[in-house]
Parts: sequence; C-alpha cells; structure tokens
Amino acid sequence: MRENARHVPETVERFLESTLESVDSAEELAVAIAEKAGFDEDDLMRIGMAVRESMVNAVVHGNRYNANKKVRLFVANSADRYTIRIADEGEGFEYREVPDPLAPENLMRTSGRGLFLIRSFMDEFQVRRLEPGGTEVTLVKYVVSR
Amino acid sequence: MSVKLSSRQVGDVTVIDVAGRITLGEGSSALRDALRELVGKNQKKILLNLGEVSYIDSSGIGELVSGFTTVTNSGGNLKLLNLNKRVKDLLQITKLYTVFDVHEDEAGAIRSFA
Repeated sequence: MRENARHVPETVERFLESTLESVDSAEELAVAIAEKAGFDEDDLMRIGMAVRESMVNAVVHGNRYNANKKVRLFVANSADRYTIRIADEGEGFEYREVPDPLAPENLMRTSGRGLFLIRSFMDEFQVRRLEPGGTEVTLVKYVVSR
Repeated sequence: MSVKLSSRQVGDVTVIDVAGRITLGEGSSALRDALRELVGKNQKKILLNLGEVSYIDSSGIGELVSGFTTVTNSGGNLKLLNLNKRVKDLLQITKLYTVFDVHEDEAGAIRSFA
C-alpha cells in the first residue's frame, strides 16, 4: 500500500566515495526519503535493494574502488514518482550484452543478478552512457495516490 | 547489523545459524569462509538456517549458489532452512528456489540427510 498524503517534494544530491560504505549510506538515504514519501515496507525493501545493487555496480564494476572517482547519487521525490539516479566515472558497459541470469546455462553463476533484481523491483530502469566516460542508471518507482 | 554465523552439530549434520545481512563484503565473505572451512574438514551434511537473515543481496545469493556448488562438488549436501518471505521471494524470482533443497522444519531437514 502506498499513499502520498504526506508528500513533500524533496531533491538530494551527493557525491560519494567509491567504497562499500557509500553503498550502505546511499541505500539508507534512499530508503529514508522513500519512507517519508509514504512507500510501504515491501516497496522500501525493493527500493533499497535496487539502490544497493546499482551502487555496487557503480563502485565495484564502474569505478573499481578508485579513490579518485566519485559516484553521484541523485534522489528526487515528486508527487507521482520517486526517482534515483546513480552515475559512476567508469569505462561503461553494454547493457544489452549482460547475460540473462534466468537462462538455464547461467542459473548457477555466482554473479550477474544485480541488474535483473533492479529491473524486477523498480517500475522504470534506464541505463545511459556518459561523456567523456561513465554510466548513469535511472531508477523510478511510481507513487500511487490512495 | 552485519552477519553473524554460529555452527552446531546435530548428529552428523552441521547446522549453521545465520543472522543479519548477507551482502557484498563482510557478510558474503563470512558465509563463504564458513562453508569452505566445513568442506575442508570433509563435512558432507550442511544445513544453512537462514531464519534470522533480514536481508540478502545479489552477492549473498551468489554466495549461496557458490556454497551449494562447492559442497555438492565435494560429494556433500547443502540444504536451506527457515527462509523468510523476502529471501524465499528472491530465490523464486531468480529461479533458484527449486535448485536448493529448502526446509521449514529443522527436525525434518536433519532427517532428510539420512
């Protein structure tokens, strides 16, 4: 159940270190704002996990823990949608080339489920290559009026 | 809270009680180390009690798969016990639920190793 009776528009931007601590803090921040937006516990878990997986991709696969590279976290809470953007400064990846983790040949792989979980938990998911380098993902969860 | 692991012996089955979060970093590496240690000791029957696991991410799921493969390849059995709804949902949407032998009752799980 979601309601936006307590809706207060909010926008937050942070530039985070490429560390696992940043993964935790981004998840906590996104969940805290989503909670204020009125999302229920199940959606808070979904949003938190989608942000965590996106942050792990940015820190580990994008910036490769490089202390000179930052992860930009942008969170915007509007009346009808909750938007999170996470951008790294890495070399980028070809989204369409990421193997399907549900394919029988990939089922027992020990990694490669992050993007699938993000897509499963959010209403919209987009990947954009940045110039001169980097990847930005946009996650959206719809706020449903009750 | 990060992850907390404790193991106990029930007959010839080693039960690992897991509590907290199994996520990339300390949580998933602790689980990996515990399972590798048991396999190194030639323990063939391992029951992973996830009843107190509050959260698991894709890295944690990967560790479950890795542990399952490691134990199976050594000739043993790794089974799961007490999945909460969220962990169960995660294993279902990733199509892994039927890969694992999942139990809701410890005594029944212990008997299933016989």
